[in-house]
Amino acid sequence: MKDMSVQDRPLLRVEGLTKFYGGRIGCEGVGFDLWPGEVMGIVGESGSGKTTLLNCLAGHLAPDAGRVLFDLDGEAVDTVTMSEPARRKLGRTDWAFVHQHAADGLRMNVSAGGNVGERLMAVGARHYGDIRASALDWIERVEIPGDRIDDRPTAFSGGMRQRLQIARNLVTGPRLVFMDEPTGGLDVSVQARLLDLLRGLVREMGLSAIIVTHDLAVVRLLADRLMVMKDGHVVETGLTDQVLDDPQHGYTQLLVSSVLQV
Amino acid sequence: MIRIENLSKTFTLHNQGSAVIPVMAKAHLSVAPGECVALTGSSGAGKSTLMRMIYGNYLAAAGSIHIGETDIVTATPREILRLRRHTLGYVSQFLRVVPRVPTREVVAEPLLVTGTGRQDAFARAESLLARLNIPERLWSLSPTTFSGGEQQRVNIARGFAYDYPALLLDEPTASLDAQNRETVLRLIEEARDRGAAIVGIFHDEAARERLCDREVDVTAFRPERAA
Repeated sequence: MKDMSVQDRPLLRVEGLTKFYGGRIGCEGVGFDLWPGEVMGIVGESGSGKTTLLNCLAGHLAPDAGRVLFDLDGEAVDTVTMSEPARRKLGRTDWAFVHQHAADGLRMNVSAGGNVGERLMAVGARHYGDIRASALDWIERVEIPGDRIDDRPTAFSGGMRQRLQIARNLVTGPRLVFMDEPTGGLDVSVQARLLDLLRGLVREMGLSAIIVTHDLAVVRLLADRLMVMKDGHVVETGLTDQVLDDPQHGYTQLLVSSVLQV
Repeated sequence: MIRIENLSKTFTLHNQGSAVIPVMAKAHLSVAPGECVALTGSSGAGKSTLMRMIYGNYLAAAGSIHIGETDIVTATPREILRLRRHTLGYVSQFLRVVPRVPTREVVAEPLLVTGTGRQDAFARAESLLARLNIPERLWSLSPTTFSGGEQQRVNIARGFAYDYPALLLDEPTASLDAQNRETVLRLIEEARDRGAAIVGIFHDEAARERLCDREVDVTAFRPERAA
């Protein structure tokens, strides 16, 4: 495995990203660089703007100002101003989005294999046998028994659905994955399994990821860097363990000290 | 290898009347390759605070901490991550791991992330686990369910898997039995003899005598002393 940290260009460069809902701030003036192989966590309470920010980054929401520059073959391309078809293509190839509710990221009336295969077909795969073999490989990689490949996600548990959503997203080998509360609403034992899976995939595939969560334990285990949001603004950024062990902003101090020790 | 100059640290408690607590001032420390330095001072004197600042967990208020060419105080998160991967190791007192990851992989991880092949990394991990008396039947299990002593030894194995040029040790021999303590002391000696610069906290006085070239009492870095 090669060390991804030595590349000298950020994969994603965000500048002055701003979104208003009428007169209300969604997020304002957000900027950061994300490097290849890096995992960044965004934390903050409900309404802090973290999900708005994620949706603006991923092209699901049109920001009112700012740039989201993505490294495409050595060229930093602004994904905010790129054409809709180009952005859609990015969403099928280099980018992936893992929704909090698996039902939002899956087609519930299509088989598990179909869900994974569909994304492959969207990037031009045509050979049925190859598609099915890839789908089966990924279904097993996310620890879903291979004999469930023809079942629909409606017959799956919450944890299995979430793992299927991850398989569907990663089958095309994206470079950047956006995740919105990927472990939210799952039992802790199921969360642990998912964390282990995500950590392994991030390392093996050299993925970069941006994870929105309110769970500080999740970011401590998964994220290299942390961004803390409050009222639409980034109030603190830094190395994950530094922000959690020596928080500088009053809000972060409150957040960290409010966690129950296990 | 490790050079600390004029380092100071304050904590500001925003939710407790914005109290500003100075905890360290004008700290100096220099550790050469192949040298082992013990931090001493009573509990609360700031030994762990200094270690965490060297590792980049705690932010400095002023001063510099050079590890090789990199100044931790001004380095970006990305630079610190790279430094931690290739240069600066830290054996803390507690093992913190992703649940469900097998022990063998927990120990091999520092090697895997620096590009060692899986086979070599696992071979190194297994030899360390064997030296530290972790039974082979446990290697494929997650350490989260192990006893405290076993977790500590897994943590030590992980800390010594990769040959870091600089190494921070927080009570590495605490609560080990005589045989495991001896193994850990040998691991530290081997690291020192291959040229690692080591800073450690050792309550174990005999260990300190045997390993360390110098002792530095961090009480001298208390703000009221330095002022």
